[in-house]
Amino acid sequence: VENVRLLDRLSSRKAALGTLYLTATHVIFVENGSEARKETWVLHSQISSIEKQATTATGCPLLIRCKNFQVIQLVIPQERDCHDVYISLIRLARPVKYEELYCFSFNPKLDKEEREQGWKLVDLSEEYNRMGVPNNYWQISDVNRDYGVCDSYPTEVYVPKSATAHIIVGSSKFRSRRRFPALSYYCKDNNASICRSSQPLSGFSARCLEDEQMLQAIRKANPGSDFLYVVDTRPKLNAMANRAAGKGYENEDNYSNIKFQFIGIENIHVMRNSLQKMLEVCELKSPSMSDFLWGLENSGWLKHIKAIMDAGIFIAKAVAEEGVSVLVHCSDGWDRTAQVCSVASLLLDPYYRTVKGFMVLIEKDWVSFGHKFNHRYGNLDGDPKEISPVIDQFIECVWQLMEQFPCAFEFNERFLIHVQHHIYSCQFGNFLCNSQKERRELKIQERTYSLWAHLWKNRADYLNPLYRPDHSQTQGTLRPQMAPCNFLYKFWSGMYNRFEKGLHPRQSVTDYLMAVKEETQQLEEELEVLRERLANLQKSQLNDNKIKSKRQDRSKELGLSTSNNSLANTPQEYSNDLKSFPSRSPSQGDEEDSALILTQDNLKSSDPDLSANSDQESGVEDLSCRSPSGGGCLPSEDSGKDSDEAVFLAV
Amino acid sequence: MMRSSQPLTGTNGRRCKEDEKLINATLRPGKRGYIIDTRSLNVAQQARAKGGGFEQEAHYPQWRRIHKCIERFNILQESLIKLVEACNDQSHNMDRWLSKLEASNWLTHIKEILTAACLAAQCIDREGASVLVHGTEGTDSTLQVTSLAQIILDPRCRTIRGFESLVVREWLQAGHPFQQRCAQSAYSNSKQKWEAPVFLLFLDCVWQILRQFPCSFEFNEQFLIMLFEHAYASQFGTFLGNNENERSKLKLPQKTMSLWSWVNRSEELSKFQNPLFEANSLVIWPSVAPQSLQLWEGVFLRWNRPSKFLDEAQEEMISIIRYN
Repeated sequence: VENVRLLDRLSSRKAALGTLYLTATHVIFVENGSEARKETWVLHSQISSIEKQATTATGCPLLIRCKNFQVIQLVIPQERDCHDVYISLIRLARPVKYEELYCFSFNPKLDKEEREQGWKLVDLSEEYNRMGVPNNYWQISDVNRDYGVCDSYPTEVYVPKSATAHIIVGSSKFRSRRRFPALSYYCKDNNASICRSSQPLSGFSARCLEDEQMLQAIRKANPGSDFLYVVDTRPKLNAMANRAAGKGYENEDNYSNIKFQFIGIENIHVMRNSLQKMLEVCELKSPSMSDFLWGLENSGWLKHIKAIMDAGIFIAKAVAEEGVSVLVHCSDGWDRTAQVCSVASLLLDPYYRTVKGFMVLIEKDWVSFGHKFNHRYGNLDGDPKEISPVIDQFIECVWQLMEQFPCAFEFNERFLIHVQHHIYSCQFGNFLCNSQKERRELKIQERTYSLWAHLWKNRADYLNPLYRPDHSQTQGTLRPQMAPCNFLYKFWSGMYNRFEKGLHPRQSVTDYLMAVKEETQQLEEELEVLRERLANLQKSQLNDNKIKSKRQDRSKELGLSTSNNSLANTPQEYSNDLKSFPSRSPSQGDEEDSALILTQDNLKSSDPDLSANSDQESGVEDLSCRSPSGGGCLPSEDSGKDSDEAVFLAV
Repeated sequence: MMRSSQPLTGTNGRRCKEDEKLINATLRPGKRGYIIDTRSLNVAQQARAKGGGFEQEAHYPQWRRIHKCIERFNILQESLIKLVEACNDQSHNMDRWLSKLEASNWLTHIKEILTAACLAAQCIDREGASVLVHGTEGTDSTLQVTSLAQIILDPRCRTIRGFESLVVREWLQAGHPFQQRCAQSAYSNSKQKWEAPVFLLFLDCVWQILRQFPCSFEFNEQFLIMLFEHAYASQFGTFLGNNENERSKLKLPQKTMSLWSWVNRSEELSKFQNPLFEANSLVIWPSVAPQSLQLWEGVFLRWNRPSKFLDEAQEEMISIIRYN
């Protein structure tokens, strides 16, 4: 469709005029204009909702909201075209078959061997070995080898040595969805473990000998403690209500030596609504500070994040400080349980704070244990009541921790944002379907590519320059505080306002430090070369040789110099009453772009995987710009009096 | 950019040819000027009843007046007290944290002040127009606006010496009544009269800009915190008194030491330097969206949480850069 306008929702500048394309996998807006052919690509998988708004004199507005929080406002001149686009997008954004998803057509041009290797990068049996199992207390059980006991569990689970197949099967019959207690994390220092399950089908008074034996077995697998914590992550009321439906929670009287604890994290519906409310706050035009803070509090979002974090802290403390094992469950054991086990593991074990370790953590607690990716993130068209930002919340917990412990994580914010992006993108096969069983049936590993391999290949972009494996923050357990005045939960604008660059710090500390570190490395290499040369020369004693050392302008090479680019730093909207005050100087012309402030961060694929061909991702692409990936490229400023401003490099 | 106090137009609409001549002299040929009044239009109008007022269009035809309301100083102390109370609440309850933060209005003030300063800077930089800033007395919000505008516009104000000069010029010499404003802080039990955290708000605004442009300032957060402390209590005489007249009468230069003489010693200065600083010659425009403004943990949560992990991050940054 031609003559479509792409509006900038935040600023009042002119809209971009261009052509809208719909392909099998993407929506693409290509801006008209001679030089910078800016392109905006959006994957259908990312589309969360499409809103057709009232026709105005200028055309028919169409608002596309994405799961990665990008919001695109288009204005299509003809109502009929708008309607066509709307209907098409509705259909394209709600696939009915897996084969419609991008991962089945995505082609990164790797051969079969490379694809296989990519899938092998994260190996869970290696991970359990690293933890220290199997050992005297824990063994692998293949009781679920054909998914016969629990179809949402993996084929291999780790259980206490004393848990026989009979006990496991018996316990599974007493657990919702057959999700019996299984090992999530083992602490080899003190034998304490974190196990996970779903709620018991206890109703008001039902008992199950095997289930009680199962918990005993878990307790006995930790000789250092004479009791076991059982943590129900639901609010007490909800858990009690479940009893009426024949489910419920463990009665301390029936299970010997357990200490039962409710933690009170709300359910998926509450979380879905909470996110919705928070996004509404983000969409407010020029909110006051009060609007924003009220709206944020009203959404309850940060309160929920804190609840998840506090649960993780409790469990980590139990394991690390008390040396007591913990069994965690919620209702079905695939949402809150996953969040809380992951957070606890991350706090306990520095390995999970590395790039590789984080991928392993997600693979273990989310992918293998049957978190319902399809239902929660809408790969396919399904029940809207199943949709909920469960893994988003976990990822945010990690970010909050990164803000409080800046040296503790090997990866940076961009890594988290890209992982979140790809959970929704369906560009890779890792997060399809609802269980390992379904993925194997679809032969995902033979037909799609692994995200982990892709991220691993690009890990240089994802590193935290402040991380050192031998730093004190990277050893042992992280112990965050719990009171809000001691652990400030912040609004994550990098995620929820990801595409509104004007809101973010205009200079990236991470990128600056990474550039410095790269330069240091180059200098070290050069130093090494020169040292060798010197040694050789001294050996051969040739006095005539002139040693030429190339003094390159280091800073220019790494783009640290301010003269190396066309980025501009322009004023934001400071005046609501535009009539009384222009936001742009007449001498500037129409070329300013106050919202698209580029940082080096953007240049380095804040919108992932932008190669100049059809395998493109959503985001803003400028084909004419020298940077190979992401970000909009601004036309160069008038060189007149603003030469200072025009050459601002946000490093 | 000029600063002043309010014109004494009163209810009779008095005019003063000398005043008009004075500020017209700053107009650039062919350009109009902007008067930024830090009071709301209402407040400015009401001021006439007490003999004050604002510049009338008829008398100052080449000037356009913009009202960018910044809260009057007496409200600010209450804000600070509420904020500090909220920050000291040790309960684990997240429920009321944000609404308590909101109720203090602290971040609202930050937003107002920064917006006004950005507007002033925009007039100068984008319009090439002269600006006159005033509120009522010209000793509080006026100074916040003029000093922040200079930080936005002038890279020299982002150097350590430049910032010190800015503070001397725009706060000490300009007559911000430090002795009255910083007599008591948030914990005092006695009745407040003239106290207000005007200077602290200014420093907080500088911190907000520093956070958004971490490579553009020669000084670091510690420097700003140090200035905040010395404004309220100091072994140096720099922030004593309400204006130059008082300081001279008190013979401060003879009887006390200057803060700057201590700060600028190299062993002290090294603590206040920003390792990420890369001099640039740019105008920097901060975002005043609520998402971009944050609570200044370094001041308000300073004693609540362990700074160990953040200090370690700082050290790591310094060592990366030093090693390079």
